[in-house]
Amino acid sequence: MPQKLIIIGAGMATGRALETLLETAPDAYDVTLFNAEPRGNYNRIMLSPVLAGDKTYAEIETHAAQWYADNGVTCRFGEKIASIDRGAKTVTAANGDVLAYDKLMFGTGSNPFIIPLPGHDLEGVIAYRDLEDTERMMGLGPDNKCVVIGGGLLGLEAAAGMAARGVDVTVVHIMGHLMERQLDEAAGYLLRRALVDKGITVKCSANSKEILGKDGHVRALLLDDGTKLPCDLLVMAVGIRPNVTLASEAGLAVGRGIHVDAQMVTSDADILAVGECVEHDGAIFGLVAPLYDQARVAAKTLLGEHATFVQKELSTKLKVTGCDLFSAGDFADGDGREDIVFRDPARGVYRRLVIESDVVIGAVMYGDTADSNWFFGLIRERTDIAEMRDTLIFGPAYQGGTPLDPLAAVAALSRDAEICGCNGICKGQIEDAIAAGAGDLAAIKATTKASASCGTCTGLVEQVLAVTLGDDFVLPAAASICACTDMTHEDVRRMIKSQRLTSMPAVWQECGWKTSCGCHVCRPALNFYLLADWPLVYQDDPQSRFINERKHANIQKDGTFSVVPRMWGGITTPDELRAIADAADKYAVPTVKVTGGQRIDLLGVKGEDLPAIWADLNAAGMVSGHAYSKGLRTVKTCVGTDHCRFGTQDSTGLGIKLEKTLWGSWTPHKLKLGVSGCPRNCAEATCKDIGIVCVDSGYQISIGGAAGMDVRETELLVQVATEEETIDVIKAITQAYRENARYLDRIYKWMAKVGMEWIKERVVDDLTERAALVERFELSQSIYRRDPWADHVQKRAESYQPLASLALEAAE
Amino acid sequence: MSNWMDIAALDDVPQRGSRVVKTHAGCVAVFRTAQDEVYALNNSCPHKGGPLSEGIVHGAFVTCPLHNWVFSLETGQAQGADSGRVETHPAKVENGRILLDRSIIAARTVA
Ligand code: SRM
Ligand SMILES: Cc1cc2nc3c(=O)[nH]c(=O)nc-3n(C[C@H](O)[C@H](O)[C@H](O)COP(=O)(O)OP(=O)(O)OC[C@H]3O[C@@H](n4cnc5c(N)ncnc54)[C@H](O)[C@@H]3O)c2cc1C
Ligand code: SF4
Ligand code: FES
Repeated sequence: MPQKLIIIGAGMATGRALETLLETAPDAYDVTLFNAEPRGNYNRIMLSPVLAGDKTYAEIETHAAQWYADNGVTCRFGEKIASIDRGAKTVTAANGDVLAYDKLMFGTGSNPFIIPLPGHDLEGVIAYRDLEDTERMMGLGPDNKCVVIGGGLLGLEAAAGMAARGVDVTVVHIMGHLMERQLDEAAGYLLRRALVDKGITVKCSANSKEILGKDGHVRALLLDDGTKLPCDLLVMAVGIRPNVTLASEAGLAVGRGIHVDAQMVTSDADILAVGECVEHDGAIFGLVAPLYDQARVAAKTLLGEHATFVQKELSTKLKVTGCDLFSAGDFADGDGREDIVFRDPARGVYRRLVIESDVVIGAVMYGDTADSNWFFGLIRERTDIAEMRDTLIFGPAYQGGTPLDPLAAVAALSRDAEICGCNGICKGQIEDAIAAGAGDLAAIKATTKASASCGTCTGLVEQVLAVTLGDDFVLPAAASICACTDMTHEDVRRMIKSQRLTSMPAVWQECGWKTSCGCHVCRPALNFYLLADWPLVYQDDPQSRFINERKHANIQKDGTFSVVPRMWGGITTPDELRAIADAADKYAVPTVKVTGGQRIDLLGVKGEDLPAIWADLNAAGMVSGHAYSKGLRTVKTCVGTDHCRFGTQDSTGLGIKLEKTLWGSWTPHKLKLGVSGCPRNCAEATCKDIGIVCVDSGYQISIGGAAGMDVRETELLVQVATEEETIDVIKAITQAYRENARYLDRIYKWMAKVGMEWIKERVVDDLTERAALVERFELSQSIYRRDPWADHVQKRAESYQPLASLALEAAE
Repeated sequence: MSNWMDIAALDDVPQRGSRVVKTHAGCVAVFRTAQDEVYALNNSCPHKGGPLSEGIVHGAFVTCPLHNWVFSLETGQAQGADSGRVETHPAKVENGRILLDRSIIAARTVA
C-alpha cells in the first residue's frame, strides 16, 4: 500500500519535487497537495511578463487540472494547513479536516516584508508576490499613478511592467543606487538611465516616512524630506522573509528558515522542506535555481535514495526588456583581486570582472550580456584564465581583441553635444568644419570659434579632430587627471556640463573611467565639479573629500585638529573672546594662536572633542571659519572710515558684508579676500585672490593676487561706485571661477589660462551675464550658506566618537 | 569558544569610510568599502604615524591623510614606490554586524 505524502504549498519548489517523484515512482505515494492560493503550481517568476502584457496566466501555469488528475494527486487548492500534530502524525486543514501522513513536505515559500510605516494597512498598499497582486497592478492604466518602494529586482520588474501599461510610476529606493546587492554603482547608474528613458521616475537615497490615505485608501507616499508622491496604488517590494510560522508552531527547528540537512530533512525525520522557507547551512534562498536542486534531492530522499544538496554560485538577470544586465559571484574590491573594467560609452556598455589568483570570482555586466553564460561558466568552474587574461574582458569571441580606446567618450558624443561653452559650438559643427577642410586646431578656431575664447575645451576639440581624421591628426599629449582616466580636468568639466552628468557613476561611465570607483586624486575633483555645476541635484559626498573638509577642521601632524571660528571681517567682541578662552580651558587646548587671517586658531583639539567644542562656540554665536576648505576663507579688513584718518569708505563694514555673502561656498581652491580703506592698503588687499581698495570715488576691485608659494599682485578688474555693485561683481567673479576653473587652481592660475579679457567680458561688460552668474551663485548658496559645525553637532556628532572602546577589556 | 567579538552595526561606518576602535594598545581603524567589505588595520601610518582612519578610501585601498601614501586594506602593504606595512586584523560582517577577532585586545605591538 502506498504511503501518504502531504505537501504544504503548491509552489515552484514543491511543483518540481512532485514532478521528479511522480516520474520516478508514480505509485510510491498517495499525494495530497494543499495550497493557500486558490490555484495549483505556476511559474511565479513569469508574473513579470504577465504584468507587462507579454504573457497570459494560462501560459505560465505549469500543471493543469488534468495533470493532477492523471497523476492521482488530491488537490486542495485555496485551503491552508492550520496546524500539525507531529506525535499523532496528522495535519489539520483550515476547515477542521484532520488528515494522517507518513511523510510531510513543507514548501510554504516566503512572505513579502511590509515596512510597518504609518498607513501600511490602507487599502491599495500591496506586495508583489502572487497572481492577485499582479492583477491589482494590471488594473491600472494611463490615468493612474503608482509608487513602488524598493529598487531591487522585484520592485523594478513591477515598475517596468506597469510603465509598459502607461502607468505613471515612481520608484523609491533607500540606497544610493538601484539593485545595490547585485550591481555596483556604475551598472546601477546605467540601469537607472534606462528606466528613466522608459518614463519611470527613480528616487534613490529616499526614505519613506508615512503612507497617506483618504477614506481608508492610499493617496500618497510621504518622504522624510517632505516630498509627497501621490499614488493610486503603492507596491512594497522591499524583501521577503521565509514563511516559517507553521513549522515553528509545530516545534521544528527553525532559524531564519526551517532548518534542513543536505537531504532536505527537517529536525523531524518524517518531515522534509524545500524552497524559500528553508535554511540550509546558514543560507536562505530567493532564486529558483537552488530550489530546483533542493526539489530533486527531496524527491530522492522520499524514495529512500541518497542525494545531497550543494549550494552553488548564483547569477541574476533582470527580466525587463531593454535593460540588459547580469551579475554573478563576488564583485567586491580586495587586495590580491584584480579588477578589469571595460566601458564603452558609445554603446552604454559596462563590464567588470573581478579576478583572484587567476580565477574569475565575480562579474557585473550591463548593456551587452551576450557572453554572460560564458563568464558565469568561468566563475562556476573556477577556470584558470592566466592564458587569456589580456583579452578576457572582450568575451569568448574576441580572444586577441582590440585595446581600450581612449577616445571612446568623445566618439560617443552626439552631434548636438556642446563642446565649446563660450561660443555654443556643438560637435556636429566641428565635424562639418573638418569635412569642409579644417584640419587642425587653428583652422577650427578660425572657422567655428570653438576653443577661441577661454580655451578650456581645447582638449575636446582636438579629440574630435582625432576621432574624425584618424591617423591624419596627431593628438598632443595632455596630462589626464590621474591614472583612472585618459581625460584632462578641462575635458571632464566640459563633459559634465554638456552631457548633464550629475553623479559620479555617470562621469565614470560616460568618460570611460578605467577603475571601478576612482581614487584619492580624482574623487575630490569630481565631487567639486558636480556640486559646483548641479548644486540642487548633486549630493555632496563626504567620503570623496580630504579629511579636513570631511571633518571641518585642519588635521595636525599628531592626528589632532585645529579649530578656527569665523570672526567676520576680523571684528570680535569681549563675549566671543571669553567663549574662546572658556573653550580653550575646557578642552585643554595646548596652543591658542592669532592667525595671519585676523582670527584665532585653537590648535591641538582631539577629534572626539570637535562636536562638543563646536557646540560651545555655536552657543556663543560663532560658526566655522572654513580654515580648512577649498572655499571662502577670510575677508581681511582694515579699520576704514570708522577710525582711520585716511579711510575713504567703510572697509570693515563691506568686508563683513562680503564674508556673510560668500561664506560656505566651495571653490576650486581656497578663496581669500581683503578690503582696504584707502590705497595705503593695510589689509594687503592687492595680494589676495580678490582685493578691494576703497577710494573717494568708489571701489577698485582687482583679482588674481597671492602671497604663498607664488607672490603676485592683483590686476584691476573694474572700479564701481557703490557697495551693492561691488558685492554683485564679486559674486559674479566667484561664480565664474567656480564654474570654469580646474580643481586646485587659484584665481591667478585660472586667469592665466582664460585671460583677463574673457573674465571682464562676462562679469564687467555683459550685465545680463553678470546677473545670471549672481543668480546661480545665490542658488548654490541657498544650499551651502550654512554652518557645517552646527549641522555636524546635530546630525553626525556620533561619527566623531570611536566605534567602540575596548581599552578596558582584559587582554587574554 | 568563538574568537569573534561583535563591535557595531555595519551602518555605523559609512561606505568608503572608517571609524576607530580603541584598545589599550592603540586604535584600530575599521574600514568599510563601497561593496560593504570590512577591514581592520592599526590606525597608524608607518611613515609618520598618520591616522589612516581619516584617509580617503578607494577600492580596497586607503590614502593616508598626511602625505598620501596608499595602503592595501587587505594586506596592509604600502603601494607603489613607498614601502612599509600596517598590521591588519581579522574582520568580517555577519547579519549586518561588524565582527573583529579577539586578538586585537590581546597584547600586541603598535607602531
Ligand atoms: C593658521 C595659518 C597660519 C597662522 O598661524 O597664521 C595657516 C595655516 C596653514 N596654511 Fe596657510 N595659514 C594661514 C594663512 C596663510 C596666508 C596669509 C593670509 O591668508 O593672509 C597665506 C598666504 C596668502 C595666500 O594664501 O596667498 C597662506 C598660504 C598658504 C599656502 C600657499 C597657498 C598658495 O597658493 O601658494 C598653503 C598650501 C595650500 O593651500 O595648498 C597653506 C596651507 C596651510 C595649512 C592649511 C597647511 C595644511 O594643509 O594643513 C596650514 C594649516 C594649519 C592648521 O592646522 O591650522 N597656506 N596661509 C593662517 C590661517 C589664516 C586663517 O585665519 O584662515
Ligand atoms: C514577480 C516575481 C518574479 C520573480 N522572478 C524571479 C526570477 O527571475 N528568477 C528567480 O530565480 N526567481 C524569481 N522570483 C523568485 C521565485 O519566484 C521564488 O524563489 C520561488 O517562487 C519560490 O518557490 P517556493 O516553492 O519556495 O515558494 P512559492 O512559489 O512562493 O510557493 C509557496 C506556496 O505555499 C503556499 N502556502 C504558504 N503557507 C501555506 C499553508 N500554511 N498551507 C498551504 N499553502 C501554503 C503559498 O500560498 C504559495 O503558493 C520571482 C518572484 C516573484 C514574485
Ligand atoms: S607656513 Fe608652512 S608650516 Fe607654517 S602654517 Fe603654513 S603650511 Fe604650515
Ligand atoms: S604619515 Fe602617512 S603618509 Fe606620512
